[in-house]
Amino acid sequence: MYLFTEIGSNVKNMKQLEYLVLAKQTKKVINELRQGVIKPYTEVIDVCWGDPHRAGIKPLSFVRQVLAACLYPQLLESDKLLVDVRQRAKRLLEACDGGSVGSYSPTTGIPEISQKVSEFIKKRDGGVPSYPENIYISPGSQWSLANILNVLVNPEASLRTGVLTPVPCHITTITSLMGMGAVVIPYYLNEEQGWTLQVEELQRALESVKGVCNPVALYVINPGNPSGLVQSRKSIQEVIQFVSEKRLFLLADEVYQDCVFGETAEFVSYKKVLAELGPPLSDTVELASFHSASKGFMGECGLRAGYVELVNVDPTVMQYIENLFSTFSGAPTLGQIALEVMTNPPQPGDPSYPLYKKEMQQIRTTLVQNVKRVYEVLNSLPGFSCQPVEGGAFAFPTIHLPPKAIQRAKEAGMEPDTFYCLRLVEEAGLLISPGCEFGQKEATYHIRFCIMTPQDTMVEILKRLSNFHTKFVKEFS
Amino acid sequence: MSREATNGVPCGARVLTLDTMNPNVRRVEYAVRGPIVQRAVQIEKELREGVKKPFTEVIKANIGDAHAMGQRPITFFRQVLALCSYPELLEDNKFPEDAKKRARRILDACGGHSLGAYSASQGIECIRQDVARYIERRDGGISSNPDNIYLSTGASDAIVTILKMLVCGEGRDRTGVMISIPQYPLYSAALADLGAVQISYYLEEESCWSLNVTELRRALNEAKQHCKPRVLCIINPGNPTGQVQSRQCIEDVIRFAKEEHLFLMADEVYQDNVYADGCKFHSFKKVLFEMGPEFSSKVEMASFHSTSKCYMGECGFRGGYMEVINMDPQVKAQLTKLVSVRLCPPVPGQALLDLVVNPPQPDEPSYSTFMKERKAVLADLAEKARLTEEIFNTVPGITCNPVQGAMYTFPRIALPQKAIDKAKEQGLVPDMFYCMRLLEEEGICLVPGSGFGQKEGTFHFRMTILPPTEKLKVVLQKIRDFHLKFTQEFS
Repeated sequence: MYLFTEIGSNVKNMKQLEYLVLAKQTKKVINELRQGVIKPYTEVIDVCWGDPHRAGIKPLSFVRQVLAACLYPQLLESDKLLVDVRQRAKRLLEACDGGSVGSYSPTTGIPEISQKVSEFIKKRDGGVPSYPENIYISPGSQWSLANILNVLVNPEASLRTGVLTPVPCHITTITSLMGMGAVVIPYYLNEEQGWTLQVEELQRALESVKGVCNPVALYVINPGNPSGLVQSRKSIQEVIQFVSEKRLFLLADEVYQDCVFGETAEFVSYKKVLAELGPPLSDTVELASFHSASKGFMGECGLRAGYVELVNVDPTVMQYIENLFSTFSGAPTLGQIALEVMTNPPQPGDPSYPLYKKEMQQIRTTLVQNVKRVYEVLNSLPGFSCQPVEGGAFAFPTIHLPPKAIQRAKEAGMEPDTFYCLRLVEEAGLLISPGCEFGQKEATYHIRFCIMTPQDTMVEILKRLSNFHTKFVKEFS
Repeated sequence: MSREATNGVPCGARVLTLDTMNPNVRRVEYAVRGPIVQRAVQIEKELREGVKKPFTEVIKANIGDAHAMGQRPITFFRQVLALCSYPELLEDNKFPEDAKKRARRILDACGGHSLGAYSASQGIECIRQDVARYIERRDGGISSNPDNIYLSTGASDAIVTILKMLVCGEGRDRTGVMISIPQYPLYSAALADLGAVQISYYLEEESCWSLNVTELRRALNEAKQHCKPRVLCIINPGNPTGQVQSRQCIEDVIRFAKEEHLFLMADEVYQDNVYADGCKFHSFKKVLFEMGPEFSSKVEMASFHSTSKCYMGECGFRGGYMEVINMDPQVKAQLTKLVSVRLCPPVPGQALLDLVVNPPQPDEPSYSTFMKERKAVLADLAEKARLTEEIFNTVPGITCNPVQGAMYTFPRIALPQKAIDKAKEQGLVPDMFYCMRLLEEEGICLVPGSGFGQKEGTFHFRMTILPPTEKLKVVLQKIRDFHLKFTQEFS
């Protein structure tokens, strides 16, 4: 009956999200609650995504005040907003064409904002230079990543392009790669060692695809998603050596760089380590590193702003990359403003600083408490084992499922951990993600949930999870 | 790693080079932000640095950006969005009640009551419902299902997503996509990137850029020999041409699409920008349904809209949507996968779209100001459209069709043979040569017609009608003077 049933095979091969079936169930549950159906819970807790606001963390006041003043400049006359808010908004409006957040931006971002981003990067990396012309701002970091991948993946080559990606890995990158017809070359992170990246495993992965595809890039996520590992300097050096030897383009997804909680963990950027290694590596390794306004304590996921910084990339190719970016007419202005505030926050002495500091401190304390609590509670629960969450936005514990449950899931035609999550939504009103969404070793099961929630929400999450798990295991014993 | 190091490294040592990169990306061109704009930006920099030029500012009439040219935002929209961004303002009595009501409703639909939470990939549900209701009202009651509405990051995002989905096959079976000449170059760029086959059909300049089905048929039949035509794209009101297609024409296109089994993509982002007497916007969907079930149950299509144009001009929000009609549910499932890759459209853009489809009503406090502002913007554009056509047609060598709608004029320019030869010498296409000279001598940035496509041997430029009226008059005059001088120089 329908004519258009044939679609691009690349699109067909993209994996459908497990999330969809969970979202459907959640919608059903929410409707039932609205209709007054009695359940053991009164609301659904949604910690499926790395979305602090959805989970209950409040936006930072300063950025929201600046956004409001930019949107409705009459507020610049109001003394309800502190003077540094008004000054910031005024400066940012002047940087917009026509003085309005409604105008288009230049392709790679509003120049004043790219400038601030480059200053942030330079400061972060202890003085390693960063140039605004190598920074491209986009609607979210995944957008930049997709464009860079688009340039790297050659659909006309006789051997398909391959990209090394971690297991586990957050799903959008995988889907993006498949949608382009690239080959995903999985390398397994070592769970027992806290999800570390081992070079021997990279080597194995590369060797496994000899003659099967043409590996051109290595994608790393640091801090990890969903793994929660913050890579050591040594590990980063090893990866850099590896890509140089094997002639791979390095894609460093560093969107969680501001989410570091482990007591001994410290984020150091791939760019900084590369610079420290000195020539020839520092002059030759091609690197794209990604950051975003969606993560960190600001958590402005819905505003859609991120950037890529390109290092040692062929200038002619960069022209083509910029060209590709240009067809989409730029990143949303409000998102860019959030990015500016993130990279250039209130400083001591600014009127907004005390509140900003207080809010940041509160969020930090909350998150540190959360990861501690998650680690302690889950590791004391039979059936769970959880690596320390050093950074990122998620906990990714292993769950041990009874064979009968695994059997039941298979009969229902679904992955065992999806089955588990489906039951969890229905019976405990808790929406989380199954490990199969991100990849995991054969016959292991995991769950992923966001740890960027208010403290009492985390207490409730852990309570619901442990109660449910006990019941579930009993049912399938 | 120095700036210079990137240039110093021998080409062969790099992983990503011209030779190894995706060859499709090398074929992508987007004239609206292309080389002439890059030169304009450079000139602006030089002006700031104090370099003396025959002008003091560059007038960027290359891009359909109303706010950049001084158009004011709609007060009500900005009030609601400010309230949504910083909800403490809901306590401020300077904001009207109807704005607060809408802000609360939007925030209730957002995760954690924040514009900063991700939304569902398809867009916030209650906003999709509002969009569906808007479409129903616009189309005289023809029903619209919110499940068929996909909010997007500007219309561009939705257009590219649909193309990504529909382009398949190899060699002679590679998907062919019909698009007008001239066209908005997002289409040609997307088709190049996807390695799809572009099937160009020519609009008739002599009859005000109208679309003739015989031309569609010619283009299609020729294309059948080397590709598999599957899609027909039409921009109405047109960009860059500004024509508003007649109802008859729309019916003819729908009939053609049905006969030839083509998926119809109707780019309707300028639907409120209609100026000429006797012209009216007819939505493809409305006409489709009015043609009866033989068509309305069969023709598969998508129509696109945006918050960047019309009377809002809020380009920087990247708001938009598409409505898909008669799409196979299995294909829709594939569409869901594709939209999930970019997570979700910007939530402020979704909120803005909600206001566009749900504006102040007659019984609400903000109504009269809203209507006044809306009317003023559209009247202003209509006047500038008229003025542009009038002044250009006084210039010997410039022929300008009426600007029936949208935001641009696409006049034809007669270039002396000597100028064409000089252009060739410099390795430029003639209208690029012309536009570059105009930029260097007058500081006016236009886009050469070659960036949009045109009949062989003809030359055009696209100029926006957006500068404020007084400035526009000056621009038109300068172009007139330049054209005469240029023609004289190369005679």
